[in-house]
Amino acid sequence: MLLGRTANGLYWMNRYIERAENMARLVDAGLRMALTRTQNASEEWNSVLLSAGSDAAFTQKYSDYTAANVADFLLRDTSNPSSTMASIETARNNARMVRTALTRETWESINEAWMSLKRMLAKPIDERDLPSVLDAIKRETALIRGSFYGTMLRNEIFDFSQLGTYVERADNTARILDVKYYVLLPSISWVGSTLDNYQWESILRSVSAHRSYRWVYEADYKPSNIADYLILNVRMPRSLTFCYRFLTEHLRFLGDDYGERHACHVTAGKTQAMLTAGSIKDIFDAGLHEFLANFIRDNTRLGDEIAQDYRFY
Amino acid sequence: MRLAAFDEMLPEISGLRKPYSAYDRWLKEQDPARLTEKMQDAERVFRKTGITFAVYGEQEASERLIPFDIVPRIISGNEWRRLTQGIEQRVQALNAFLDDIYHRQEILRAGRVPKELIAKNEAFLPEMIGVRPPAGVYTHIIGVDIVRISENEFYVLEDNARTPSGVSYMLENRETMMQLFPELFQQIKVRPVENYPQLLRQSLAAVRPQSTKGAPTIAVLTPGSFNSAYFEHAFLADQMGVQLVEGQDLRVVDGHVAMRTTEGYKQIDVLYRRVDDSFLDPLTFRPDSALGVPGIMDVYRAGNITIANAPGTGIADDKAIYSYMPEIVEFYTGRKAILGNIPTWRCSEPDSLKYVLEHIDDLVVKEVHGSGGYGMLVGPAATKKECEDFSKKLAAKPSNYIAQPTLALSTCPILTDKGLAPRHVDLRPYVLVSDRIQIVPGGLTRVALKEGSLVVNSSQGGGTKDTWVLDD
Repeated sequence: MLLGRTANGLYWMNRYIERAENMARLVDAGLRMALTRTQNASEEWNSVLLSAGSDAAFTQKYSDYTAANVADFLLRDTSNPSSTMASIETARNNARMVRTALTRETWESINEAWMSLKRMLAKPIDERDLPSVLDAIKRETALIRGSFYGTMLRNEIFDFSQLGTYVERADNTARILDVKYYVLLPSISWVGSTLDNYQWESILRSVSAHRSYRWVYEADYKPSNIADYLILNVRMPRSLTFCYRFLTEHLRFLGDDYGERHACHVTAGKTQAMLTAGSIKDIFDAGLHEFLANFIRDNTRLGDEIAQDYRFY
Repeated sequence: MRLAAFDEMLPEISGLRKPYSAYDRWLKEQDPARLTEKMQDAERVFRKTGITFAVYGEQEASERLIPFDIVPRIISGNEWRRLTQGIEQRVQALNAFLDDIYHRQEILRAGRVPKELIAKNEAFLPEMIGVRPPAGVYTHIIGVDIVRISENEFYVLEDNARTPSGVSYMLENRETMMQLFPELFQQIKVRPVENYPQLLRQSLAAVRPQSTKGAPTIAVLTPGSFNSAYFEHAFLADQMGVQLVEGQDLRVVDGHVAMRTTEGYKQIDVLYRRVDDSFLDPLTFRPDSALGVPGIMDVYRAGNITIANAPGTGIADDKAIYSYMPEIVEFYTGRKAILGNIPTWRCSEPDSLKYVLEHIDDLVVKEVHGSGGYGMLVGPAATKKECEDFSKKLAAKPSNYIAQPTLALSTCPILTDKGLAPRHVDLRPYVLVSDRIQIVPGGLTRVALKEGSLVVNSSQGGGTKDTWVLDD
């Protein structure tokens, strides 16, 4: 038996942990692009902010797309509710609220991540320290994930947590693709310029897949392969298909446990079926941008339905 | 002013006291540097596990640790037996008093407690008149604050009969000590306290409403994660294996209180509430309360839920009532109180007020309804100006205050940079009342960390110690 409010807290705790980490990943990819393509740096930072869904808020505060400004805004600015620091803080507040549903190890790892990031992000980040700060963020979230997977009982508490993780992750991957969808569009004229190569690598890097991609596709950057990898590959832990495989699985567990199926089961099932049946060619034929926009909309709806069906409020 | 106090470990005249002899032997073998290190380990453990305590009025440090001292406070088996007899008697009297006050009011008719003290008291809830809680228990969980003056003199300082806090520190302090010094617990037989959560759960289950079918559903009601004692609420719910609920999770469904779960509303039979009376039901008490459950009092009056502690128990631990406790104990138990009261001047009485105003720099003056060490004056520690200002407040509303002599509370050593140093302590054992009375051997020892200070409240810079009752 689980309180609706607790399910809600678990769901958002995990969405925000995922988000805290994704922000670091995005800044990491932007940093790499800015270092290698200095003349396009501000454009790259702009797309980083677009992927983070924070561009409008950023431009209200800053006029320049510089590494220091973007890193500050996405990592440590608590007035930006999606920044790493704000996300960790929200995750911890949720964890405090659902304290009784968590193992001691899980709670302590979140609490320690909060303490150490608060310390690290107390002052503006020196650009020279940025790589080590990004590493530290990824390490802290990895420790949370490790204690979570290592110690939590696989019950409804686990299911609601995982729903949060995968709804957020699917949203994140889809947004990254959507911001850069045009560089993935097939074109008859080119054979892949150096710039395109960088762009492609950057997309892969922002989902930490630049190395694994080379193993799977033999180091050959092709837009359709990249899109295939991030959308349809069932083994890639940040692909849309991977996320939906787990979303449908955890929803199925909940449905079996409670002996009741809801609207969210239908929505997740439809998206899952669409992802399993489709090929990357079909997606490109129908329009990559339209596909992603629909996906993001349906994914958001799934989140709303989960909240309603399981009485989060 | 320094008071010559009785030190529980090392009284100047008789030397080392027996309960501490084995510990003292162990302590003398320890390397001081290692002890300092252990002290820091303890702080790390507390911070990591998030055992924090919010202090009102200090925004920048919204989560602070209660300092923990690694020297235990040790009570012999004999001393403990005496204490428990006194506490049991007192707790019986408190429950009998509450039942009487909300029914026949014999004690008022007998003239042993003045009528107006009850009628005009905010802690008295007219809504509870004629209501008999399930199993007839009013105050289920009590934390009696006890101070010691000498080898054989123990006094009750306060009866916390509403929602006493601090029991999680009793448990975590022991846990921490066992982690830091496992060898110590092999050498010295200390009675365990860790079954408190099970006892609490059994005790709450035993006072379920008569109509409950099967095993009762129990929940802990917290004001929320921003409350200063939230850690404790979560801790107890977790340790008991019951839900931690907030007002927003609850509503009245078909004459019962129910919580919103992922599968719909589920009935609650016993609610261990950590929310004050006035916030419990916006339909009955404060209409602006979002922390309670609209209509819960109707369910309660219908006998369909147990609320622990019962609404209105505050009338029994009110500071104005406190001074009548010796009479109350005698009235209901037919015997003299085993545990004494500290002599108390009721400022509402003209002679007492006169005395208090004349001797304010020797006395401790407390607000009748205050708690947590807020709004009190410790005469000997206050400046002349503070005493004068307080006198004005006192003269303006005498019935709002009581006064007590400044007692030389016993001391127990703490570990400081310069070695052991005596500090004043008190003791809060925890009592559970259901069809029986149970007292966990131990409790929370609070210690005033500032040299000479008599205020042990954690909100005023007090710390805590592990409390050992020896199995001797």
